[in-house]
Amino acid sequence: MTENSPVATPLIHARGLTKRFGSFTAVDGVDFDVAQGEAFGFLGPNGAGKTSTMRMIGTVSPVTAGKLTVFGLDPAHHGANIRARLGVVPQADTLDNELSVLENLLIYGRYFDLSWAESRRRAKELLDFVQLTERSDDKVEPLSGGMKRRLVIARSLINEPSLLLLDEPTTGLDPQARHLLWDRLYRLKQKGVTLCLTTHYMDEAEQLCDRLVVMDRARIVAEGSPRQLIDRYVTREVLELRFRRGEDETDDSAHLDGRLEGLAERIEQLPDRVLVYTADGEAAAATAYERGLRPASVLVRRATLEDVFLRLTGRSLVE
Amino acid sequence: MAVVGLRLAGRPGAIASRRSLRVLEHDLLVFRRGWTNYIVAGLSQPFLYLVAIGIGLGLYVNRNGSLPGGVPYLDYIAPALLVTQAMMAAAFESAWPIMGKIEWDKTYHAALNTPLGALDLLAGDLMWIGFRATLLSVLFLVVIVALGAAASPLVVFAVPVAVLTALAFAAPIMAFTATQNGDGGFNALFRFGITPLFLFSGTFFPIEKLPLFVQPLAWVTPLYHGVAAARSLALGQVEPIALTVHIAALAAVAALGIAAGRVTFRRRLVV
Repeated sequence: MTENSPVATPLIHARGLTKRFGSFTAVDGVDFDVAQGEAFGFLGPNGAGKTSTMRMIGTVSPVTAGKLTVFGLDPAHHGANIRARLGVVPQADTLDNELSVLENLLIYGRYFDLSWAESRRRAKELLDFVQLTERSDDKVEPLSGGMKRRLVIARSLINEPSLLLLDEPTTGLDPQARHLLWDRLYRLKQKGVTLCLTTHYMDEAEQLCDRLVVMDRARIVAEGSPRQLIDRYVTREVLELRFRRGEDETDDSAHLDGRLEGLAERIEQLPDRVLVYTADGEAAAATAYERGLRPASVLVRRATLEDVFLRLTGRSLVE
Repeated sequence: MAVVGLRLAGRPGAIASRRSLRVLEHDLLVFRRGWTNYIVAGLSQPFLYLVAIGIGLGLYVNRNGSLPGGVPYLDYIAPALLVTQAMMAAAFESAWPIMGKIEWDKTYHAALNTPLGALDLLAGDLMWIGFRATLLSVLFLVVIVALGAAASPLVVFAVPVAVLTALAFAAPIMAFTATQNGDGGFNALFRFGITPLFLFSGTFFPIEKLPLFVQPLAWVTPLYHGVAAARSLALGQVEPIALTVHIAALAAVAALGIAAGRVTFRRRLVV
């Protein structure tokens, strides 16, 4: 393993990676590799083990079993060396409310052993990058959620990391703030920074990730690019049919199932609508009409990662 | 500080690592915002206490001439209050603010994403508490000298005694804080631990006045040793063996606290 053969040595390498808390298994023997320059995503419902995995990569949580290397180094012995080259955006902001916006970055730079002058230079540059220059001397508390998130991203970049770990970077943000963040992350990616993120927003995963794994109940259940996953687990299009309740006899599921039979490779009936997974949505809709179905509304759309996600992790609510 | 730094950095023999100094820098950065308040409070509090209790109450105490050696009450109580104040500040600083960094603001968790480790946080914040105790004690000393409340120039050594006492409280309380999930335990700690110590460790009256069966309790509390050592220095009545025992007792408690903190900090922050 040599440092200067990034193709041969993945930035992150995990085999049988396991994390247990007492008798609870948070991560159950997962395998994955993240290559240099990639944007890699962990998708999954709450409690699937995404954050535990990220914390092990970030070397703040000891590995229970299995193999993990980051930059080719073992977190158990080279934690500080690994962290020196990592940027971390944790799920909670963890900003210092006792310090100003600028000071939050300054001291973080000091933690990475930058000189005060260098830390100040980078802090100013980063505040500019995340559009917070005008708030430099303000306290952190009155900042909006989106601003705090941007500040955390700026903070994670103070050591010019080659790998950025982002745990649900845009949860709770409004669409404007999310798009601004995506734009900044995209720019970092173009500069060659490897991104590794968790999310349960499918649009975020489609926007940002070259490759992703879907986690469910501590295991990886699928892996691939967003497109590959859609091709593999769902059809090209989805036909959504809604029926009026009570007026139309087709509201009855037994009737419905009978008449939709053979219409598509997979049909999913939800309380409020029926999803028909098919290569050609228009054709399937026409067939449904021919068979006498009179839905209140018909929608043909492209299949998304969300369909993959729900297919793989189920529709029951995870608390 | 050498005792405190001992093995703190995780390498045997290392006096506080360079990384833990970064944590101290953080605390000084916060301190910089309000340092004038610290100075004003650091001078006015001792002045009020010494005037009210040392001079005011002292008027009545001195009239009876009941203190050993006929020492003026102001002189008797001044070094004790100096130590007590450092202890109080240290006890507070190692409870709520540390809980904030662990649980409420989670800034420790942000620091752990850098090359800093859990033990750097422990060492750095302990140094900060030592720094704050030093500052408070120096200010207290200024007031003591200004009021002419010290019989001996050795009173200056009451400052390191106070700092050591502060650390003997800070280290075990920090260790305790890392085991807590909220501040509920602190109320009990202060109500049943710190406040009684403040009142019954020989601060205001000689522990020989306590009932016989209670006296051994005073001997095992670090505050008693801090008060006794500082008082002997300020009054110029130093007994080398007794002073050595007092210092050794304080250092032992601080060292035990640090050892406990190394365990509880790791257990809490590295999961």
